[in-house]
Amino acid sequence: MTTATRTTDTGRTVGPRARTTGVRLTAAVTGRVLRQLRHDPRTIAMMVVLPSILLGLLYLLWKDLPTLPGQPSTFDRVGLTMLGVFPFVVMFLVTSIAMLRERTTGTLERLLTTPLARLDLLLGYGLAFGLAAAVQAVVTVAVATTFYDLDVAGSLWLVVVIAVVDAVLGVALGLLASAFARSEFQAVQFMPVVVLPQFFLCGLLVPREQMAGWLQAISDVLPLTYAVEALQEVGRSAAGTGTLWRDVGVVAAVALLALALGAATLRRRSG
Amino acid sequence: MDAAVTVTDLVIDRGRRRVLDGLSCAVPRGEVTGLLGPSGSGKTTLLRAIVGVQRTRSGQVTVLGCPAGAPPLRTRVGYVTQAPSVYADLTVRENARFFAALYGRGAREADTAIADVGLADAAGQLVADLSGGQMSRASLACALVGRPELLVLDEPTVGLDPVLRAELWDRFHALAAEGTTLIVSSHVMDEAGRCDRLLLLREGALLADSTPTELRARTGTDDLDEAFLTLVRSQPGVAA
Repeated sequence: MTTATRTTDTGRTVGPRARTTGVRLTAAVTGRVLRQLRHDPRTIAMMVVLPSILLGLLYLLWKDLPTLPGQPSTFDRVGLTMLGVFPFVVMFLVTSIAMLRERTTGTLERLLTTPLARLDLLLGYGLAFGLAAAVQAVVTVAVATTFYDLDVAGSLWLVVVIAVVDAVLGVALGLLASAFARSEFQAVQFMPVVVLPQFFLCGLLVPREQMAGWLQAISDVLPLTYAVEALQEVGRSAAGTGTLWRDVGVVAAVALLALALGAATLRRRSG
Repeated sequence: MDAAVTVTDLVIDRGRRRVLDGLSCAVPRGEVTGLLGPSGSGKTTLLRAIVGVQRTRSGQVTVLGCPAGAPPLRTRVGYVTQAPSVYADLTVRENARFFAALYGRGAREADTAIADVGLADAAGQLVADLSGGQMSRASLACALVGRPELLVLDEPTVGLDPVLRAELWDRFHALAAEGTTLIVSSHVMDEAGRCDRLLLLREGALLADSTPTELRARTGTDDLDEAFLTLVRSQPGVAA
């Protein structure tokens, strides 16, 4: 009957009843986050429309440049991978700010006194922004294939799936990054720290085979590398290849790992 | 009957500062206990320890028979922080329904809690558009919605006009009459008279654990503000 200096709390005991409670609580968080979004139509509009506009800019940039015979056009190559980069970047930013707000306004401390388990909270966020990312991906893919002549050999639904997994990765890393930010200024600046190195080394600017060995080694452990490779696979071949599913699995696994680490940074007790 | 909250030899440091230094007290069930003291006396820290979000150095806090912060307590204890901790970009009703869902309650309980804090007319408004007093009442509604056995309120009446303040205190006593235990912190001594029991805190130590009547008798004054000063001056080593 003591509250010792450091109380460990692993949350609920695991059992069938506890798990239904967890699903209910996760759904409550997802609903709440989506309701918050609904009150912010400008953010929704930017989430849904902005990637299409940026992609259009890339399309116009490369439209009249010649392509080597037998090679995919630059836009087909880069534009497709952007469909994975946009949701990752946008969801990283949105989530890290949203979570930082929870910390600074005291709602997080309050949530930690309720039956909500820490993982329920993080999964709730992941689900809400994953759904938003799905809408974003469907719109962007539709616009890109209709208006920008984006040529994809594989299934467009696979592109959407990869985009959603990338978004969830962004959410998970955003939740984790918010633990290290004390202000919104800092949170925003985590974006270049987390996103740009992954973008530089993912194989889009320089093919991975041509990188210096140590750069390639870094590239090997960055999740965006696998997201981009998965999209390149869909662009190249009609059937879902083994490489593609392995890549999607890697991205999903890193997202789950980041969520678990994020849960560990949410201490119920603070100083 | 055993106490709702028992604190034994509680020591808490925040940074390098010792905020609570070996504090012991008990809070009886089904009453309104006021936690009073000047700003910086350790009121919020003690409340945070009771709801189990404060890291402690040593000592024990037992709440409703469990160690503070234990998982079974999370449906039984409600906590309202000093700054209103509700979502500014949701309406009052959406906030109350979200917290209701966390406590396993429904939309009806959410509406009742909103009405209980006098916000029925503002239920559809965004919290960001409310006045400061309305915001803190919205925050209170989100704790009432869980119908907790112990309600911990950190300065719930700050910034409220006298009429609303009186209404809220009536509400607190109505809850106590139904069996709820309330701990209410305040730095305004004129609220001390509204409590069933008083804990007076100063510089991390308990100055008095008493009732308003006892306190008046002991210090020989009707004015609780004056009584507090008398207690401070009677302390050894205090040159006030």
